Order: sequence, then C-alpha cells, then structure tokens
Amino acid sequence: MTTQAPRFWRSIPQRYNLSGTHCKRCDEYFFPPRNLCPNCRRGSHLEEYTFKGTGSVVTFTTIYNATEDFEKLTPYNLAIIQLDEGPKVTGQVVSSSKDIKIGMRVRPVFRILGKEGDRGIIYYGTKFAPLMEPSCEDEKR
Amino acid sequence: MRSVSIIGVGCTKFGERWDVSLRDMIAEAGVLAIDDAEISGEQIDALYVGNMSGGRFVEQEHIGALIADCAGLSRLHVPSTRVEAACASGGLALRQGILAVASGYSDIVIAAGVEKMTDVSSGTAADALAAAADREWECFFGATFPALYAMMARLHMRRYGTTHDQMAAVAVKNHHHACYNPIAQYQMEISIEDVSRSPMVADPLHILDCSPISDGAAAVVLAPTEMAKKLSENPIKVAASAQASDTLALHDRRDLTTLDATVHAGRAAFTQAGIEPRMVDVAEVHDCFTIAEILAIEDLGFVEKGQGGRATEEGLTALGSSLPVNTSGGLKACGHPVGATGIKQAYEIALQLRGEAGRRQVDEAEVGLAHNVGGSGGTALVHIFTR
Repeated sequence: MTTQAPRFWRSIPQRYNLSGTHCKRCDEYFFPPRNLCPNCRRGSHLEEYTFKGTGSVVTFTTIYNATEDFEKLTPYNLAIIQLDEGPKVTGQVVSSSKDIKIGMRVRPVFRILGKEGDRGIIYYGTKFAPLMEPSCEDEKR
Repeated sequence: MRSVSIIGVGCTKFGERWDVSLRDMIAEAGVLAIDDAEISGEQIDALYVGNMSGGRFVEQEHIGALIADCAGLSRLHVPSTRVEAACASGGLALRQGILAVASGYSDIVIAAGVEKMTDVSSGTAADALAAAADREWECFFGATFPALYAMMARLHMRRYGTTHDQMAAVAVKNHHHACYNPIAQYQMEISIEDVSRSPMVADPLHILDCSPISDGAAAVVLAPTEMAKKLSENPIKVAASAQASDTLALHDRRDLTTLDATVHAGRAAFTQAGIEPRMVDVAEVHDCFTIAEILAIEDLGFVEKGQGGRATEEGLTALGSSLPVNTSGGLKACGHPVGATGIKQAYEIALQLRGEAGRRQVDEAEVGLAHNVGGSGGTALVHIFTR
C-alpha cells in the first residue's frame, strides 16, 4: 500500500462512514463524493449524503493471488455491491466463499483494511457482511 | 485530414527477456521497423511511445527522450512523446502518431510501445498494474486486475450461461495460434483441462485465464498515404482510428458485462472506415483475460451480446474460420508487455494484410482490426487497417 498520511486522512469521512453526495437536480446519489454530477455537470446541485450502507451483491470473486499488501488475507471475497440508494461500490465481503451469492443482502462493518508496515498508519474502512444470519465466524474476520 | 499508412513494422521477441533491457528492446524494435520501411533517421519527423509504467518497472520516466536517444536520434533532436493509458498505451501512441500525420503536421512518424516488466518481482508488477484500476476506491479494498475481470466473468456466466470451459477455449485457441508466431512468449499448446486445473487466481479465473507478465517492444512507421505509395511496395492503410473513455472504476459502469468504451470506439471506427463488423477478415483484440476476449468480440459487434463464449467454443474465432481472432496468440500467449501490446497488434495486422504471417496467415486478408483496452475498460482504442 502506497497511500500516505494526508491522502488517507482526506478520505476518512468516506472510508469510515460512507459519506457521499446527492445531486438535488437529477436525484442521483454518488459514492465516493463527486465534485461534479456527470448528468448535470456545471448545473450540479450536490449535497453531502451519508449512505445507510446496506445493499446487494451484484457480482463477486474470491481472490487467491493478491498484491503484497493483501497477501496474508488470501483467500478473501471481493464484491461489487449496489447500495440501496443506487451507487455501486467495490468492497470485501466477510463471509465464507461458499455463502456469498449474487443478490445477497449485505450491511457495512468497520474493519482494518491495511497497515503501513509495523509502525505506520493503520487504514480503517468499510467491509461488508451478510445482512441476515451473521455467524460467529463472520464476526471474527 | 490526410489518409495515413503504415510503411514499416518491427517487433522484438516477447517473453521473460532477462538478458536485455528496456533500452535494448526499444532500439531493436525501432531498427526493425525503420529497416522494414527503408527510411533513414533524417526523414523521421516525430516519435510517439506508449509506456505504462517505466517508473515502477525500471524506475525510469522520461521515456520519450530515452527512446529517441536509444534509437540514435538524439543528435537529430527529433521530438519524442511518451503517452500513457495503462494497457492501452501502445494503441494510444499509434493514434497520436496517426493524428500527427493526418493533420499534416508531420510526415514520417514512428509509433512505438515498450514495457520491461520482469526486472521487478511479480508482486511489484501486479501492484504496478493495479495502478490502472482506481487506487482509492478499488485497490484500497484489495482489488486486483484479475479480480475485476473475474467479477465481469461471474456476471457474464450468470446472465448468459457462459461456462468456464468456454472461457478456457479462448486460452486454448490463442496458445494454438502462438505456436505459429516466432515472437510469441508461449509457443505451446494447452488443453481446456490444463486451464481448469491451473491454480485459481480470482474465482472463476485460473492462472491460465490470465495474460502473462512480459518484456517486449514494437514499432511501426507511419506516413501520409500519398507518400507511402512512393516509399513502400506494400503500404497498409489506416482506415480508422477511434478512442473512447469510460469511468475509471469498474463499479461505476453502466453495465458490468459490457465495455462501453469498446462499444463506442468500435462504432466510431466502423463508421470512419465505412464497413460492417462482418467485413473484418482478421482481428487482434485485448484478451488480457479469457473473459476479456469474449466481451471484446461481443462489444465490437462480431457476435451478439452473450454469445461470445459459445462462438469461441464452436471455433468461430480460430484460424481457418470466418473471423480469426488473435492470430498472434493475443495477449494471453504472445505475451503482454503492456505498453507494447497496442503496437504489436498493429504489427500483426500489418503482417496479415501484407501476406507475411507465415503459418498463421489468414487467406486473402484485406481488412484487419486492432482493439486495445486500458485498465478494466476506462480507455479503448479501435484501429481498422486495409490493404
């Protein structure tokens, strides 16, 4: 991971709380926040919006071969999740690879996402967990 | 705008080239192309080079000046520009060269591409490649390139009933084609079982669904078509050059099983060339993963959406069929030195249209297409060439 302190610090609201934007003009929601709505461009009327974080799995994979920063985590599930308000996000799903399915409902969970070595920053952020029947094992991950 | 033609091509052997450097390879490809065009250094007006990440792979930026220097052109002070669009850097360099000639600003232009990827560990290479995805909102959460394409594959399987065997058929075909290509990285046959039994990288993609990490360079010489007729016995005309962009992150796309950038660049290219997809005789498409070739032949309009897997399994894209795809072996088996790939595609099509493709020659090839993608589809370039 090559992210450095200011770069991570700037995006803490989005990483910790799924804070994005909503365009009042066209009623589309965006995550991460956008400075310009791609529909309305300079006519954008953007306001901050914090997403509920619940959504559904659109597609997913289980990663067995990761970049160096994520090697210790393999195998792990990565999914594209459509948040209930509309936008899609990429995130890990903490469940057994056998349980994850297209259409599965998920909720956000606050987790460690990475570390800059033994002494550097610890990156926290959002992962997703099954919305129904969270098992003890999910909580451990 | 002036019509543009290719009057010379050159390409190094692709593969794990531990014995040569980025500088050696770009000089080799450049000399081959200039020899092929039978021109001299004094005639060259400009250089464009596609290179994705010299900074990460060999800790060298400023690749534009470097290649002019390596090509022995430093004392001629030829303007040299490096362009970058991740894995589409080569295709973008080709387009920049074409635009320079078409505009009338330059006459003879070299469009080249180079990547030296094996000087770093595979983990570092994977991380450098991941920079083509959205660092902040994909990679931060653990996304890798195979993972992004695996997610497209999963949805394609779900929606259209595409099977892993159909994806594996892409790799099997491209390895077969590569057996006839002396510059290819993997000149060996593989079977469907080999693909399915190879280690899983990102479910459902196995290691043999993925293009390799490679070293290589390629170059083409461009000239105005009017001049090309005098300079060359067998010029290849650029009938279309089109480029399109899309969101950087896969999750922001309109549809996760379509590369809209490919659709838009493809349509624009077919309009420019005034032809239909069915009129293409040979195509090089961007098969960075097996699913990517299936998406490409659908998004370019060669087959209906959802039918790419079945078409491949039935052999419709193999040598000897009506539309041979990736006769070079594609990214999968010819190799994928990212910055060089887009130029290698033009090299392969030029050989095919000149009738110089040896045992992989497509009979009577008159119209060829090259399709180059950056990242998971944030950039796409489509070029059409005719005899």
